Amino acid sequence: MSLFSLLGAVEIGLIFALVALGVYISFRLLRFPDLTVDGSFPLGGAVCAVLISTGTNPWIATLAATAAGALAGMVTGWLNVKLKIMDLLASILMMIALYSVNLRIMGGPNIPLINDPTIFNMLQPESMEDYVFRPLLLLVIVIAAKLLLDWFFATERGLAIRATGSNARMARAQGVNTGGMILLGMAVSNGLVGLAGAMFVQTQGGSDISMGIGTIVIGLAAVIVGESILPSRKIIWATLAVVIGAIVYRFFIAAALNSDFIGLKAQDLNLVTAVLVTIALVIPQLKRKLSRKP
Amino acid sequence: MLSAQNLELTFNPGTPIETRALRGLSLEIPDGQFVTVIGSNGAGKSTFLNAVSGDQSVDKGSIHIADEDMTRRPVWDRAHRVARVFQDPMAGTCEDLSIEENMALAHCRGTSRGLSLAVKNEHRALYRERLATLGLGLENRLTDRIGLLSGGQRQAVSLLMAALQPSRILLLDEHTAALDPRTADFVLQLTARIVNESKLTTMMVTHSMRQALDVGERTVMLHQGQVVLDVSGEERSKMDVTDLLHMFEKVRGEKLADDALLLG
Repeated sequence: MSLFSLLGAVEIGLIFALVALGVYISFRLLRFPDLTVDGSFPLGGAVCAVLISTGTNPWIATLAATAAGALAGMVTGWLNVKLKIMDLLASILMMIALYSVNLRIMGGPNIPLINDPTIFNMLQPESMEDYVFRPLLLLVIVIAAKLLLDWFFATERGLAIRATGSNARMARAQGVNTGGMILLGMAVSNGLVGLAGAMFVQTQGGSDISMGIGTIVIGLAAVIVGESILPSRKIIWATLAVVIGAIVYRFFIAAALNSDFIGLKAQDLNLVTAVLVTIALVIPQLKRKLSRKP
Repeated sequence: MLSAQNLELTFNPGTPIETRALRGLSLEIPDGQFVTVIGSNGAGKSTFLNAVSGDQSVDKGSIHIADEDMTRRPVWDRAHRVARVFQDPMAGTCEDLSIEENMALAHCRGTSRGLSLAVKNEHRALYRERLATLGLGLENRLTDRIGLLSGGQRQAVSLLMAALQPSRILLLDEHTAALDPRTADFVLQLTARIVNESKLTTMMVTHSMRQALDVGERTVMLHQGQVVLDVSGEERSKMDVTDLLHMFEKVRGEKLADDALLLG
């Protein structure tokens, strides 16, 4: 694998680290199986691409994409909490609704961003190649997001969200408005995914309606791979594990697709993902079995 | 104080499995009183407790705690007045959170939860001190996941958590029923100590007549969703389990006679 494709894998890995952090919040902390992600990722991309192509500052476009993702997450939470629709179904409804919303926002199936300003080419120093600078800036953003989440989930409000996911009845008895916490947690989760969508369109040259397909599987794969590399229930370790999981996962995908001797092609991506997730799920069971034998 | 007036609650109304769980139940508990509640299965003990906590909303009647109307409020909106320990030791704590995080969660009961750190350094000393009174060595395990503790230990921590914030009523729902006899005894002693120290208004549901007379200062018996016996003071202190059992049987007998009359 060349340095170029290695850095490319790290770049995509870091973008999906943001998705994975979001998926970690919904699936693990809130225990809310949330497929909204497949819609909120392209939603963030669509909002960001439309705003940049109509001349808005890329930072504001990125912020707006994050807010749009958060709003989508809140609507899913609201469908579940207020309208009492089953969590998984509420998120599927939101996911397909967002497909139409995204087409409306973009006014077509895609928006290219070729010579438009992005947060990456705005900050890039003359002396540095773009394929080196992009992963660097993404690394800074991902670390900032990780630290911010570590702090947030140690606050009174964040602890209330974790308690809601862990034992909702107990949380209510302690005066936690669990419905409100689900809405807030889903907003934070999908806000991160919207941010990831904005990063994606600014690094990959534009937004496309199909860019969201399978986002949830990749996010979940990253969470599972990360948890099997670094198993811990402490938030600071778990968020680190999820970030590492996303990068390792993309690295393996790139390696698999780049090795000519295996004969895999780009269209095999989803099959490789399924196999990798299966392996990551089986490893902890094997470990347990082996450790039980003397 | 707690004031429940004419509570009525019917499960599955209009169906063959219709159950009238509460039938005009009224009970007043003045501040600082420790009341034990007994009754046979289906007498309405747990339903009444759930009605006070907000887990069940009643069809008719009213619930006031410290002159605040709680009748239509959700559980979380009553928590500033109500503390609760569940029957299931796993239900009262969050197994994924550490001991100190669980205590911090309870320490915020009834306050608005903001963006300051949940586990504060100045509170750690308090948690450690309270845990030390249990004599279980938990004061050295603040950051351990509470899921690692036994049922009895978790129930003991739940009791400490209930007393961290002032409340107007402490609800104990057969909170020793799922424990082995020795641990149950330990948790009961602890209950009596905490209630006494903090002068808590307490309502304890129990299936054990022995327990009902041993702790607290007033005993109430429920039958078919109503209060049928209410003893306190000298009358209660002279009672033993056989007296209570006798009254229990008398109440049931009379009720049966009533029903027989109605049916006849």
